[in-house]
Amino acid sequence: MTTQSVRAEAEPRKTPWRAIAGVGFAIFFVLFLAVPLWDILLAMIASPQLLARQLVIGLTNGVYIALIALGYTLVYGIVELINFAHGDLYMLGAFFSLTLIGLFALTPETPLEVRVPLMFLILILTMFFTAGLNVAIDRIAYRRLRGASSRLAALISAIGVSFIFQNIGLLWGYMRFIPQLNGVMGSNAVAPKSFPQLIPNQNLLEGIVPVRFTVKDLVVLVISVLLLIGLYLFVQRTKLGKAMRATAQDRNASALMGINVDGTIALAFLLGGAFAGASGMLVGLYNGTAVFDMGFTAGLRSFTAAVLGGIGNIPGAMLGGILIGLISALSDQYISSKWTNAVVFGILVIILVFRPTGLLGDGSVNKV
Amino acid sequence: MKQRVNTFLASATLAGLLAACGAAAPAAAPTTAPADAPTAAPADAPTTAPAAGGAGNTIKIVSSLPRTGSSKAQTDSVVNAIKQRIEEDNNQICGGQFNVVYEDMDDATAAAGKWDAAQEASNANKAAADADVMIYIGTFNSGAAKISIPILNQAGLVMISPANTYPGLTKPNTGEADEPDKYYPTGVRNYVRVVPADDLQGAAAANWANEIGAKKVFVLDDTELYGKGVADQFVMQAEKNGAEIVGRESIEGKAADYRALAAKIVAAAPDMVYYGGITQNNAGQLVKDIKGEGFTGNFMGPDGIYEEAFITAAGDAAEGVYVTFGGIPAEKLTGKAAEWYASYKAKYNGEPEVYAVYGYEAANVAMNALNQVCAKDRAKVLAAVTGTKDFSGILGTWSFDANGDTSLTDMSGAQVKGGKFEYVKPIK
Repeated sequence: MTTQSVRAEAEPRKTPWRAIAGVGFAIFFVLFLAVPLWDILLAMIASPQLLARQLVIGLTNGVYIALIALGYTLVYGIVELINFAHGDLYMLGAFFSLTLIGLFALTPETPLEVRVPLMFLILILTMFFTAGLNVAIDRIAYRRLRGASSRLAALISAIGVSFIFQNIGLLWGYMRFIPQLNGVMGSNAVAPKSFPQLIPNQNLLEGIVPVRFTVKDLVVLVISVLLLIGLYLFVQRTKLGKAMRATAQDRNASALMGINVDGTIALAFLLGGAFAGASGMLVGLYNGTAVFDMGFTAGLRSFTAAVLGGIGNIPGAMLGGILIGLISALSDQYISSKWTNAVVFGILVIILVFRPTGLLGDGSVNKV
Repeated sequence: MKQRVNTFLASATLAGLLAACGAAAPAAAPTTAPADAPTAAPADAPTTAPAAGGAGNTIKIVSSLPRTGSSKAQTDSVVNAIKQRIEEDNNQICGGQFNVVYEDMDDATAAAGKWDAAQEASNANKAAADADVMIYIGTFNSGAAKISIPILNQAGLVMISPANTYPGLTKPNTGEADEPDKYYPTGVRNYVRVVPADDLQGAAAANWANEIGAKKVFVLDDTELYGKGVADQFVMQAEKNGAEIVGRESIEGKAADYRALAAKIVAAAPDMVYYGGITQNNAGQLVKDIKGEGFTGNFMGPDGIYEEAFITAAGDAAEGVYVTFGGIPAEKLTGKAAEWYASYKAKYNGEPEVYAVYGYEAANVAMNALNQVCAKDRAKVLAAVTGTKDFSGILGTWSFDANGDTSLTDMSGAQVKGGKFEYVKPIK
């Protein structure tokens, strides 16, 4: 704000509309938000343990939002398609992992040395499943439309795929006719499904500091952060990653340089799908629920995260996800849970007004 | 407004045309017509049918309930019970003078996962435009009733709800200032319900909470008409009983988790959390997250979570949850209702959910009124239904009062034990 006003003074001939708008906004901000913000600050200081707990919650929610957001951003960065089916792919990931948990008969009583390797196996199988599914929908529903005159054709196709996935999720519950799945699928085919508590909900900091930090929080944080770092290194340091970055910058030029463009696009769908599957299983174990419409809300949040960070930008999606997680948790605590969506989207609007390409987005140079 | 009237007229005309076409086909008689119906003369019907009336000897009862999403288990048993009642009379009334056709409409959409306002409006308009429809059974959710009552009111069609409990739909001075009159634009009441309203349920829940020993309560609602209404009633009575309300929040029914809210609740240190709302607004996740955050107190909810779907959704966290219900659960019923319970189980080979008995009673009132009127006259059917007095139903002998509320006030409390709802005691 200040730099703009300074610049406006330096060039007196132009009417400094932007500066005036900025100052006006700042006055509005101070008048209407200062008092509540001050109250919130006082409440934060009053109970630092609660603040710390909310930050932990925000951070864990943020990393899984980031995992899903990456799927949007990877695909958008390369083919400029908003894959609306991505949230529902995440939902199918949760259902798939729940099914495997049922088939392997994993329960909280299963001994740790059996449970942990099996859970990793399920995680990997789920990632393969959603990755394969994502590549398949690209092959069937998007690739043919890539040359179409309008980019909207693929977008509408994505919305259609989203509906198909949602209905598959709706029908998934009928699998309870398989005796092994009776436990996990519950008594009612369409009701939300409950995951067994495979990761204990034990407080790791019990008796050390009065802040709750559970094994669940730790597991979700560690796995998600490892996946995020892995993806970042893959895109930045490997040959395939370089091919992805090149395709994102200029598809035709990359083709001329001998890069397999269709293969690279498929790779983006593969990675995005794998991340959707991983987050589906992690969130399932963390929140304990799989329901056919969970993809919509999660998709909305993650898409917002991707836009907030700058769509097409990988570190941006991570930052956006974590910011949204933190803002939601703090708003739930200090404002009111019914205002949380308004707060999140309000902040999104303010950020996009000043940085239309998102926090880390700068045109298309750093895409993917 | 004008636009809506035009659309309405257009659809009515269209329906009339379609009905006339239907009448031209000789096979208009339902296949279920039994051979021993001497007065029925299906062969004459097509020629004598009035142009706008469709097949002259068919009367339709429709129901509009959420048939998609997790309410399905609950509404399946309500629909079964309605069918059961109509089939007991061989789908006929007035000694075979009219055939009764039942149509099961869905007011939920897969995208919403629960009832949907546009779908409910479309069901109500469809029923209003069909001249054969004499009874509209529904809705399940009070918010949906708010939409269809005015539409049906203008069509003079009577509506019998087996499940709405929001008081403001019928009772003055319980909700907003202009309730309930704003729902009845013609000034004639066309809505009755066979379940007691939430001004009774919320208060009974607060009294029960007091007995359990809840001194500090955190109250949540799902922002819907029903959920917020019952939570408000709970708060009013709880404060009278001397309990402290340590927090009041509305939840967003589609959120992925409520962990941050749960941390806030635990920090407020209540000994009970009361949730006014329905399972479909994420009650299962809510209980999971609150207990997962280390809350060890009690959790209580209204009849909106009194269904199997809630236990499936909440998993182990459902254990110990208290629920209240404006009635008596089926297996505890006595007299005629116990007979019904046995025949339902024999016929459908499964346990009815808690609202099934009210579905049966709603159909019972409907058939009784139709048998009194014996004519295709919405105004007469409406008067017969709302005028039901000292009716010997399966829930006992009861009447509708001037507001359309049942005179029955039985309330009961249950608790989840071992993954099942267990009846605890009657409450007041």
